[in-house]
Amino acid sequence: MTVRVRGAESRGESREVEGREIIALEGVRFRWPGNTSDTVSIDELHLDAGEHLFVRGASGSGKTTLLNLLCGVHTPSSGTLRLLGTDLATLSPGRRDQFRADHIGVVFQQFNLLPYLSTVENVTLACSFSGRKRRRAGEADDVKASARELLAALNLDPELHSAPVSKLSVGQQQRVAVARALIGGPEILIADEPTSALDANNRDRFMELLFREAEAKGCTLIFVSHDPQLAERFDRTIELDSADVDVDLDVDVDTDPVSGR
Amino acid sequence: MTLLLIALKSARFRRTSLILTVVTIAISATLLLGVDKIRKESRESLFSTVSQTDLIVGARSSPTNLLLYSVFRVGNATNNVSWETYEEIAGQDEVAWTIPISLGDSHRGFRVMGTSTDYFDFYRYGNKKPLALESGDRFEGVYDTVLGADVARELGYEIGDEIIVSHGITTADFAAHDDKPFTVVGIFDRTGTPVDRTVHVSLAGIEAIHVDFQDGGRTGVRLDAEQALQFDLTPTSITAFMVGLENRAQTFQVQRQINDYQAEPMSAILPGATLSEFWRTISPVEQLLFVISGFALVAGLLGMLTTILSTLNERRREIAVLRAIGAHARHVVMLIVLETLLVVTAGCALGVAMLYGLMAVARPIVARRFGVDLAATWLDTTQLGILGGVVGGAVLVALIPGFIAYRRSIQDGLALKV
Repeated sequence: MTVRVRGAESRGESREVEGREIIALEGVRFRWPGNTSDTVSIDELHLDAGEHLFVRGASGSGKTTLLNLLCGVHTPSSGTLRLLGTDLATLSPGRRDQFRADHIGVVFQQFNLLPYLSTVENVTLACSFSGRKRRRAGEADDVKASARELLAALNLDPELHSAPVSKLSVGQQQRVAVARALIGGPEILIADEPTSALDANNRDRFMELLFREAEAKGCTLIFVSHDPQLAERFDRTIELDSADVDVDLDVDVDTDPVSGR
Repeated sequence: MTLLLIALKSARFRRTSLILTVVTIAISATLLLGVDKIRKESRESLFSTVSQTDLIVGARSSPTNLLLYSVFRVGNATNNVSWETYEEIAGQDEVAWTIPISLGDSHRGFRVMGTSTDYFDFYRYGNKKPLALESGDRFEGVYDTVLGADVARELGYEIGDEIIVSHGITTADFAAHDDKPFTVVGIFDRTGTPVDRTVHVSLAGIEAIHVDFQDGGRTGVRLDAEQALQFDLTPTSITAFMVGLENRAQTFQVQRQINDYQAEPMSAILPGATLSEFWRTISPVEQLLFVISGFALVAGLLGMLTTILSTLNERRREIAVLRAIGAHARHVVMLIVLETLLVVTAGCALGVAMLYGLMAVARPIVARRFGVDLAATWLDTTQLGILGGVVGGAVLVALIPGFIAYRRSIQDGLALKV
């Protein structure tokens, strides 16, 4: 079963990565040792710069494994997976980690922040493991100032910037996580159900800010959720089925480019 | 932010359990270092008691016994050496000097030793150090006494004070030589040896207080101090004597000569060799202490391992976050090892601080009771080695949770199992 995700033209705001291939999956299979079926099976998936992908799937549908593949934590059992033109399987585990540090930002469902760091420190932490992000975040200003700028853009009060993260609400914590994922301008932002702990009101505000800032940074967003309501904001949607991904993988090509706003 | 800084902040966040671990490690380190220190200082103190003395001669007995009563004032002589024999040996050509020792009486728990003024000239301790007077002078008169530093300090004596010597080593009044008080004419500097705890009088003084004594008890006749001076106060026997030779090469020859002496059975011992032998008999105790401290350290390290292993679960999220940000799996291992290093280094530092603190508190007590001076010296190579071993052992132990965290972070990937 070949799946081709085709989308509308990428929207404008991305910078030098415009039109560039960001993600390419070809015949990607992943099977845990000892399992009889593939946990992830995607025949084809291409994503260009500026396109945002919605991955829909219930728990157990292999989305976590897919994210681990995209982040270079796991490598496919077969097939090729290219990020920014680099076949991750050709890199050593250490280099894959470095690749993730340099080019990817990750936002989890919750508990994104280290409780022993302040808000700003949690954001700049992303630059600790990546010279590239450090340079890019420090280009205009120092890294800390970039972090504060991002936090401000994500509507986080300046007085919270130096506060311990335990003082933040869940919604605020998720916005800090977005700031950390975006600092240093990675090409890809992977968000794993970042809104599941938020109420509807907060969720909508969060999505708006997420889109606004991702676009501002020219960042390709890969968003995983089981909530179909959120899908309409995205250029593309793929659906992972919980029963058997191999058979039922269905790609819902959303041909209506929906503005993120 | 460096990994070290992350490790520091993370450790500070979980400080309660870590501080307990630090204290455990500190106690182990203090124990190990303390036992090592005590072992060294007691050896040092033992071997510095007598120096430059080639032979110690007494009535025939075991070398250790002779050494203990003549030098350490511990225990009693089985027999005496006659004055004639002493004079004969002292007069030999090979003999440069002798120090006669006459023991048996005491003053308020301190041993009284009769000797000659050669004691002031020839006795050496530590690194060939001669005895020095802190105040006053040598004894000259029959009823003069020179006190060791501890005697004077503990009993609060000064030059000119009079003291009463008790017969034997009892403090009971009936046996007091209270009719013949001694006058303090001098006080020695501290030596850190049994000299500090000795009351020194002349041999004539010992004779004088015993003129009206016979076979260890009073005779019916009582003679006062002035009357006693009328007697010939040359001793008939002494307890032991120290010998310095003209030529050390003759030590064994003279020793054999004394051991084979026909007129009376005597033992001549080499202080250094006998000290070593004595040390060998007591060092297993020290070694045992050291082994026990070693086990305490192992227990401490296992406690640390338990603490770190138990934190691994609560740190799972932290590790997943760091991995998502781009930390390598080996960063995870390093994080665990760094934390261990922090804990164990803090533990060792605290342990050293506790050691010096304890030494400062215990120093006067130990010096008084055991004659061992716990001077605060820099850590020596053995002790640095011990600390290095503690740190190295801890890092090795930390590799276990490090490896578990590594495996887990590979398995978990970026998934946060909430």
